[in-house]
Amino acid sequence: MTPALSKSERIVSRTNDYTCNEMRKIELYEMGWNLKDGLRECLVAAAPYGGPISLLKGHNRRSPSARPQLEIYSSSGLPLASFPWKSGVVKQLGWTVSDDLLCVQEDGTVLVYDLLGGFKRHFSMGNEVSQSQVLETKIFHSPYGTGVAILTGALRFTLATNIDDIKLRRLPEVPGLQGAPSCWAVLTQDRQSKVLVANGSHLFILDNTACTPVTPPGLSPQASSIVHMCVSFSYKYLALLTDSGHVWMGTSNLKEKLSEVDTKIKTPPKQMAWCRRPKSQQPSAVVMWDGLLIVVGECKETIQYHLDDDSILVPELDGVRIISGTHHELLQEVPGACEEIFKIASMAPGALLLEAHKEYEKESQKADEYLREIKEQSLLSEAVRQCVEAAGHEHEPETQKTLLRAASFGKCFLSNFPPEQFVSMCRDLRVLNAVRDYTVGIPLTHTQFKQMTVQVLIDRLVYRKLYPLAIEICRYLKTPEYQGVSRVLKHWACYKVQQKEESDEVIAKAVSVKLADAAGIFYSEIATKAYESGRTELAIKLLEFEPRSGEQVPLLLKMKKSPLALSKAIESGDTDLVYTVVMYLKNELNRGDFFMMLRNQPVALSLYKQFCKHQEQDTLKDLFNQDDDHEELGNLYVKASYKEQRLEARIALLQSAVDEYYKAKNEFSAKTTEDEMRLLRFQRKLEEEKGELLVGFSLHDTMTTLLSVGLHKHAEQLYKDFRVPDKRFWWLKLKSLAEKEDWEELEKFGKSKKSPIGYLPFVEVCIKHHNKYEAKKYVSKVTPEQKVKAHLAVGDMEGAAEAAIERRNESEISTVLSRCSATTDHLLMERLNRAKATAVKK
Amino acid sequence: MQLPLVGVTVMLERNVLQVYPAAESVVGSLHMAHTEWRDAPELPDFSLLKRLARDQLIFLLEQLPGKKDLFIDADLMSPLDRIANVTILKQHEVDKLYKVELKPIVSSSDQLCFLIRPRIQTVKWISDLVNADKVAGRFRRYKIIFTPQKFYACETVLEEQGVYGDVTTDEWNFYILPLDDDILSLELPEFFRDNFLEGDQRWVTTAGSALHLLQSVYGSFSKVYGIGRCAKMVYESWRELMEEGEQRTRQPEFAKVFLVDRDVDFVTPLCSQVVYEGLVDDLFRIKCGSVEFGPDVTSSDKSIKVMLNSQDKVFSEIRNEHFSNVFGFLSQKAKNLQTAYDKRRGMDIQQMKAFVSDELKGLKQEHRLLSLHIGASESMMKKKTKQDFQELLKTEHSLLEGFEIRECITYIEEHINRQVSMIDSLRLLCLLSITENGLLSKDYRSLKAQYLQSYGIKHLLTFANLRQLGLLEEQQAGETLTVMESKVGKLVNDKTVGKLTDAFSSLAKKSNFRALSKRLALVPKSGEEYDLRVPRDMAYVFSGAYIPLSCKLIEQVLERDGWTGLEEVTRMLNGQEFAVTGGSSSSEARNKTDAQRIVLVMFLGGCTFSEISALRFLGKERGCRFIVVTTAITNSARLLEALLDNHA
Repeated sequence: MTPALSKSERIVSRTNDYTCNEMRKIELYEMGWNLKDGLRECLVAAAPYGGPISLLKGHNRRSPSARPQLEIYSSSGLPLASFPWKSGVVKQLGWTVSDDLLCVQEDGTVLVYDLLGGFKRHFSMGNEVSQSQVLETKIFHSPYGTGVAILTGALRFTLATNIDDIKLRRLPEVPGLQGAPSCWAVLTQDRQSKVLVANGSHLFILDNTACTPVTPPGLSPQASSIVHMCVSFSYKYLALLTDSGHVWMGTSNLKEKLSEVDTKIKTPPKQMAWCRRPKSQQPSAVVMWDGLLIVVGECKETIQYHLDDDSILVPELDGVRIISGTHHELLQEVPGACEEIFKIASMAPGALLLEAHKEYEKESQKADEYLREIKEQSLLSEAVRQCVEAAGHEHEPETQKTLLRAASFGKCFLSNFPPEQFVSMCRDLRVLNAVRDYTVGIPLTHTQFKQMTVQVLIDRLVYRKLYPLAIEICRYLKTPEYQGVSRVLKHWACYKVQQKEESDEVIAKAVSVKLADAAGIFYSEIATKAYESGRTELAIKLLEFEPRSGEQVPLLLKMKKSPLALSKAIESGDTDLVYTVVMYLKNELNRGDFFMMLRNQPVALSLYKQFCKHQEQDTLKDLFNQDDDHEELGNLYVKASYKEQRLEARIALLQSAVDEYYKAKNEFSAKTTEDEMRLLRFQRKLEEEKGELLVGFSLHDTMTTLLSVGLHKHAEQLYKDFRVPDKRFWWLKLKSLAEKEDWEELEKFGKSKKSPIGYLPFVEVCIKHHNKYEAKKYVSKVTPEQKVKAHLAVGDMEGAAEAAIERRNESEISTVLSRCSATTDHLLMERLNRAKATAVKK
Repeated sequence: MQLPLVGVTVMLERNVLQVYPAAESVVGSLHMAHTEWRDAPELPDFSLLKRLARDQLIFLLEQLPGKKDLFIDADLMSPLDRIANVTILKQHEVDKLYKVELKPIVSSSDQLCFLIRPRIQTVKWISDLVNADKVAGRFRRYKIIFTPQKFYACETVLEEQGVYGDVTTDEWNFYILPLDDDILSLELPEFFRDNFLEGDQRWVTTAGSALHLLQSVYGSFSKVYGIGRCAKMVYESWRELMEEGEQRTRQPEFAKVFLVDRDVDFVTPLCSQVVYEGLVDDLFRIKCGSVEFGPDVTSSDKSIKVMLNSQDKVFSEIRNEHFSNVFGFLSQKAKNLQTAYDKRRGMDIQQMKAFVSDELKGLKQEHRLLSLHIGASESMMKKKTKQDFQELLKTEHSLLEGFEIRECITYIEEHINRQVSMIDSLRLLCLLSITENGLLSKDYRSLKAQYLQSYGIKHLLTFANLRQLGLLEEQQAGETLTVMESKVGKLVNDKTVGKLTDAFSSLAKKSNFRALSKRLALVPKSGEEYDLRVPRDMAYVFSGAYIPLSCKLIEQVLERDGWTGLEEVTRMLNGQEFAVTGGSSSSEARNKTDAQRIVLVMFLGGCTFSEISALRFLGKERGCRFIVVTTAITNSARLLEALLDNHA
């Protein structure tokens, strides 16, 4: 029962008091790179989660003749990019969470490159940093993204928590700091990034507002200085190395001490890192010196490894990767399930199941014995679970297969074992093995993969332009199209459009063919990319595939394809969008072109007119002028005229209106406007002569006013000059005379000639002014059809009855009847009823 | 550009959930209420919309912490009052309230908040204000809350005036104000002029968002019908929102939706209203569901503001009645009330105590309302039974019937000459033009000239507007067009005719009222008695003289479940009709739940109370309920005033 783990070693250290953690070292890759001097004299940065490695050789050389070379490799050492470094002196390299390379320069400028060496952008860490220069810098990750912390030459810390949204924070001064602190680290606590600084034996925590001295509980008193510190991947734990060679391990809030171990080495180490798997009960840290690596844990004894070569440590979630000039290894605590199964003489259910399966393959009856042993303890499902879990932690596909086969074998004897865990583990492993492949070089452990999620893994593959693999994985894992395949295709398309060597047609076709039926693709984004890389024509071609016209507009505008943008905006039916374009055009184009463009787009034109009405009246005039819309121009002048106070100006505007109306062949409006001008002049003249307020009145109102103040002559003049219909004049005069109760004049007027409005109005108007006597005078003159009404109006029931009966009109008789009151007009009613009867008969 | 809108509804809901954790249960309980089978389907609880709006407003006000003065657009005052009263505003640190008057302001506050419609003019005023403060070296914080949404043009103004950075802007997505159980209003009177006269379609998306809001709160619809260009655009905008937003499968709360453009039917809003609610609106102007009765109604020296809705027990019984029945009804009611009061006599103390505590308050309330409505109808009687009004109605009816047109023209002429009423004259002219397919050139010119003499030359612009809308036109070669059309029709196949007709109709927008009226039997045969107390069809809302075209269309389409068989009608209405079956819920639409008998009718450009009454009548006849969504309540006066040009 000896486990066969090729290329991995196992070290077990035994002590009296504790059972110490078992560590294992797995070789991930033999590095593909060919480095002359190994990692010596290199600035090295390797991204966590099996990310890329960047090297800057000879970064300290300042002579321009020998420029340092910046190289980027995959974790397996395959070159991704390499270029000579032409900018300033680099103090630190680091990777962001989205696989971008950060190069922090001495002057505080940070340059950002993608992992294929493409320059993305740069930003500065502030004036203070550039003045006092960077002394030391650390790049850290927090829930808010990737951050940069800098210790300046002035011994102050400056911090940016998220480089995508830079807010620089200058931390308070550390008291008593004379030179560079012996060591420091960035912590994330209480949703805040803080700096932990050691100055000799004193420890301080720096946050936004204060510098607080702290003491780690139980730190051995021999130490006079803290020389190194490191924070765990989760920021939960802290390890301190003192000059006395002791490693103190505890929680990062400095409330609890977990262990303290003496390394017995007093030289300062090169690097220190936590090496602790999640949920592990025991702390363990790795300290590296030249040629020596020591793992310290809870027990007094340490585990020591010899290193042949200059190496660096890359802390991971569940271990530490060790990268040297030739090898790439993973050092981690042996995962529980693996330990259970592969421990020598283990009787754990998983171990038994594995053995049972082995025997079964050998067609030995022992298989049954083992199996029965497990089943007797009813631990078979536990055994299967262990095998599946252990498979996840193994790197060798053969071992994975063995364990999974054993699990599958065990499953046969279980009736209702849920299959999900097994199935998803098989899937995960297939994906993991694919990305761990030497050519891809992402050595993720299963734990890391689960933490990172598929989405992020897909992103990483996309950054490496491994589109086919990314799509395969999406399809294989059945990721929803929107998050999976479509996203990858979009990135692919964005990359594709930047390929200068291919023609627009070829690219557009290739893109549309590949993306045709993918859901949730924004062609506008791809087109934007094409435009940004200087391919306007291609961008337009791609935009044609964009089904939502609203998305096309902003880019079209940016590309100065305004007519197209305008028609697309109108197509979208979104007025606001049309407005956006119109306003943009207004500022971009000269007036003539702008108007011409609007002319072909009525929707846009009417919108712009609406805007002009409130903001730019004159522009409106120009618009109408251009269109030869004289009718509208006329209307515009008329409108302007009654906003004008001064009469002369008003008349001048009306004259302009008249001209326009004539041009528009609208005789009617022209004539009416001319009349208005005449009226205005007349009104003013009279105002001056008689002091009566008239200007601005309508013709009707003017005449009413004139009549009411007794200027009959003038009223008559208007009547003649303006061809006022007789009826109107009669009504006017009738009303105004009655108003003034000038009954004599009214009678004269009534007799002057035959009334064009008849005489019933006379009767009614008199009654309205409570003069029954005068009213009666006109009753006789009323036409027979209106007689009844007239009599009723003056309250003459008898007369009304008389007239109605005479006309033998049934409805009129009824009207009169309805007005009679039963008490006083008794006789009359009888007569009417009789007449009604005969009228009906007839 | 459309994306933010989705965010809007989502945000709305989120806010509710933040502020009122119970909101979700409110949504849930909506459905509970409808499980019972009733004769008239229960309507959804629209007060939820008010709560949504209020919560968002509060949220927005809190974005500007501390004391602030609030400036409100004049026409937002009443709607705002329905959503959040002064007390609520004060609770959220609104110090003083001002009406936007486009004049310099007097405010000592350091924080100014403006709650406005997205109008260029208002934004310009605010910019001036900010600039004035800058010159005076005064520092204040400014926040503009646009409702129901902000427009790019407004931001452009801020930018052009150089205050973009000084002002923060926000949107209050207050799309719908429930005026009553079955009336929802967007409170956008300018929709009509902007959309139909100015050709400015900015409110289309607003209407679409309103429908989307209803849908996201109350569930989807199984079928959508519509007619008119704007209706089509609104539907499109709504559909886009639906597609962008997450699909929620909910039990549909409404069976069908009908979208109709105001310009499909101009005749109905131009007629004098004779149903009580319509008449109150015509005479006293109902504003945002409440009316102010003057001293002549209250028979005191004070004016009284009354809410007119289904909560008012007296009003709810007479609102849909023809005016001639109202007085009788009210006097009967008065008698009943008296009897109820009289019960007091001969009561012992115990009974009296019970009476006072149980009934008296209700009776008193009823008494108060009754006396108000009696006062109102008395005042109506005085105005409307006068001979002039009778003659006015007679003329309207003649025009609708196409009978004695010459007499009508003479009447209108006299109406103009005597300066009886500026708006009424215009109304009659429009009715004449629409029903007669335009005026003869001779009549048009003479009537127009006379009108200008009476009311001034500025109405040249009014006439230009009316002509643009096809409300008042001069007959040109109109007749020859029809003749030509029919001739051509004989020569070529139908498809080409269709195209030609389109071309012609775009040349001259004709109303075709006479033909429509015949085809849809809008005007009952004259000479028949019509008992207004027992209405037999929707014509009762116009004294039996005319069935509102809009309502008739709705009736026909619902009956036919689409536009089949109405091809000729839609052709005469300039087409643009559509019918769409909704997404998921169509299959289960067959089972007749309550919700399936609720029809949502959206009027784009306003609707009248007469139309609402007619739809209520139709609902009773068909055993369904109509919910009216309108951009605003309108009537003839509002419609025509919107087309005058002296305010712009």
